[in-house]
Amino acid sequence: MINVNGESMDWQDGMSVRDILKARKFLFPLLIIAINGSIVDAKAYDITIVPDEAEVKIIHLLSGG
Amino acid sequence: MSHGEPINKERKHCNVDFTLRTEYIEGWEAIRAAHRLVVEVPFTPSLPQRGYNNRTLYVNFSTNEIKEKPVTQQMKDIFIGGRGFGLWRLWHAVTPKTRWNDPENEIVISPGPVAGITQYPGSGKSLVVSISPQTDIPIDSNVGGYFGPLLKFSGFDALELQGKAEQDVILFIDGVKGIIRIEEAPLEPINSHVLAEVLTRMYAESEEDRINVSVVSTGAGADHSLIGMLNFTWWDKRRGCIRLKQAGRGGIGTVFRNKKIRALVCRGPVIKADMNHVVDFETIAKTGIKLHKEIHNNDPHQCVMRRNGTAHIVEIMDAYDLLPTHNFQYGSHPDTHKIASTVWQARCTQMTVDGCWYGCSMACAKGADGLVLKTGPYKGHMVTVDGPEYENAAGLGSNSGIFDPDYLLELNFYCDTYGMCTITWGTLCAFIMECYQRGILNLERTGGLDLTWGNAEADLEMMHQVARGEGFGLIAGQGVKKMKEMFITKGWGDPQLIRDIGMENKGLEYSQYLSKESLAQQGGYAFTNKGPQHDEAWLIFMDMVNKQIPTFEDKAEALYYFPLFRTWFGLNGFCKLPWNDVVPSNNSQQPEAHKIPEHVQNYVDLFSATTGIQITKDELLMQSARVYNFQRIFNIRMGKGLREHDRAPYRSVGPVTREEYESRAERYDKQMRDDIGIDPAGKTTDEKIAIHRKYRTDRFEKLMDVVYKRRGWTSQGVPTYARIKELGIDFPEVLEVVKPFLG
Repeated sequence: MINVNGESMDWQDGMSVRDILKARKFLFPLLIIAINGSIVDAKAYDITIVPDEAEVKIIHLLSGG
Repeated sequence: MSHGEPINKERKHCNVDFTLRTEYIEGWEAIRAAHRLVVEVPFTPSLPQRGYNNRTLYVNFSTNEIKEKPVTQQMKDIFIGGRGFGLWRLWHAVTPKTRWNDPENEIVISPGPVAGITQYPGSGKSLVVSISPQTDIPIDSNVGGYFGPLLKFSGFDALELQGKAEQDVILFIDGVKGIIRIEEAPLEPINSHVLAEVLTRMYAESEEDRINVSVVSTGAGADHSLIGMLNFTWWDKRRGCIRLKQAGRGGIGTVFRNKKIRALVCRGPVIKADMNHVVDFETIAKTGIKLHKEIHNNDPHQCVMRRNGTAHIVEIMDAYDLLPTHNFQYGSHPDTHKIASTVWQARCTQMTVDGCWYGCSMACAKGADGLVLKTGPYKGHMVTVDGPEYENAAGLGSNSGIFDPDYLLELNFYCDTYGMCTITWGTLCAFIMECYQRGILNLERTGGLDLTWGNAEADLEMMHQVARGEGFGLIAGQGVKKMKEMFITKGWGDPQLIRDIGMENKGLEYSQYLSKESLAQQGGYAFTNKGPQHDEAWLIFMDMVNKQIPTFEDKAEALYYFPLFRTWFGLNGFCKLPWNDVVPSNNSQQPEAHKIPEHVQNYVDLFSATTGIQITKDELLMQSARVYNFQRIFNIRMGKGLREHDRAPYRSVGPVTREEYESRAERYDKQMRDDIGIDPAGKTTDEKIAIHRKYRTDRFEKLMDVVYKRRGWTSQGVPTYARIKELGIDFPEVLEVVKPFLG
């Protein structure tokens, strides 16, 4: 189990940051993502593996026309 | 008028044959010949120094008085420019009894001290201020296009329009020759896409000069409704036609036509690099280059604004359940892909530079070329439509259940040329359609219009009725607030239901985001000065998705900072989009990254470099706070602006109907268990709706308390003496307004 923005989410072995974005339907492009406090580079979402029990912050910047 | 005349074979881009666009130029010489000069006044054209001309232009259409007014140091220190200048001039023009159609009401257009620089993207905005026919308080509406900067480079920091003409008139400001004229214009076409095309040719001295002419106009819809808007043009050299940007909100176009103004035309000088005569041009150029590079390098991987404009968020809002659907009942729809950004990519001509002011490399304006109209007075014409922007796609589209891109473009086109706000039309049509679906309206009451979800032809016919001044369209054009009152008075439905689903606050229709699951956004809409427009605060992601502002105090801080920060754009002539629709590559490493701190510093540097007044990020907020609180007190002066006026229709706060609740039952049941502490098991949907309603309404009221405290207001929403004094707006006439509430 991991925690994403304060909500529990099932964890799977080998789960990447991109997998979380897909599962949560987080399509917005301006994100700041931190795993256990460490910022993940936007180019590394596919290859960054999320460990079990991770604290994941996915901060969406502001939007709105 | 001619249809299908060849224009210029060189203007053939991509797959769209521009040569087939309908032109409206035939016979304009005869139209001009019918003009009658009412008054002509010479003036000395000037260029700003450090961003200011230190004078504004006053025109009274009742007396034909035209005069210059000085801009005082106090005006610059307290009100900065743009919306601030507009509010200050308007304050002195009206009394608490003034209503929108009284002659003393004004329309004030002001671009702001930094407006018109061509080095930094998004620097060509104007702010338009008036007493609104919809809200009876000051409305402010920001708009691109060339008019504001050309006015400024003709020699005026603002244009103040008062009085009423007896016949339709055009105000012409020639900033090259130094002439201001009022001309009676008896034969002019009414609708903007024709009128502006004709007037651009009429007042430009050559084909090359068209780019130095900008026209402000509205259309037939503004003659017969309270929701009229103003179109500001710029000449699109590549397409060889005018383009339109809108000062949409609050019915300023209606005030314009009530004054019998057919159009404003400004012919300015040829635009060059440093027409503001800034103090530190090098800093402005350097700051601009930095952002140009950032847009070039990052936009293709971020919001793709250059390609899609604001429509890039249509499918994003749908994915987060935030796209208003069927009058804000739901946040997504299976057909959203039909109006998603990929559809508009195909419809909007690319490979052309689309900016509504010089030097904007973000270039989010998009032209959809080659639309052949199916209905109305221009049926069969081929036109270029500006847009659709996100608000139009959501408002005219999903919110009314319309997912046909051709019809959506046609709705967008007719809103523009008829001079009616697309956001307002979208929300009022959605309300009407829901009323129709629920039996509050029927064929007899709509005069035969079958306004079921998705019926674009009926929607268009209702719009044409407004323009013709007939039928149910006349009722629609009154806006949601007046329709609610009418439907309730006539006993056409459950009054509570009608109040709950009519999405207006202060008399203004909501813009196009679902706020039910974000308490902060509910406040972001309802606690606004002018009414529920998202240009004060858009907090849904911070609140609902990121869970960044969990406490009431956190939300109040956001509802303190962002409305003030965003007010500042309108004081200075900036567009908001280059602030947060592209971000520096290292933004995520910065403290308070959600504020885009490097961009905030850019604005501090641009203001200081233009005016020579060194400011900080804190002073930037104070500049806004002076104007923001002055506007709040202005609302109170007009009989509004109190707590009771900041309450929201329940549809924006929570689920009103069984269908809404049951469509997201899992979410709402979970909230009931986890947040409210009540087990939903065994309860009927109506019981659960009632429990949610009490919980959500209580939280909304508590948020109001905490926000008011953070803003330095009383529990009734009145700025305190201490706050007024701290801001330096403790003028005797301001204190007189708040005295009855503060003692």
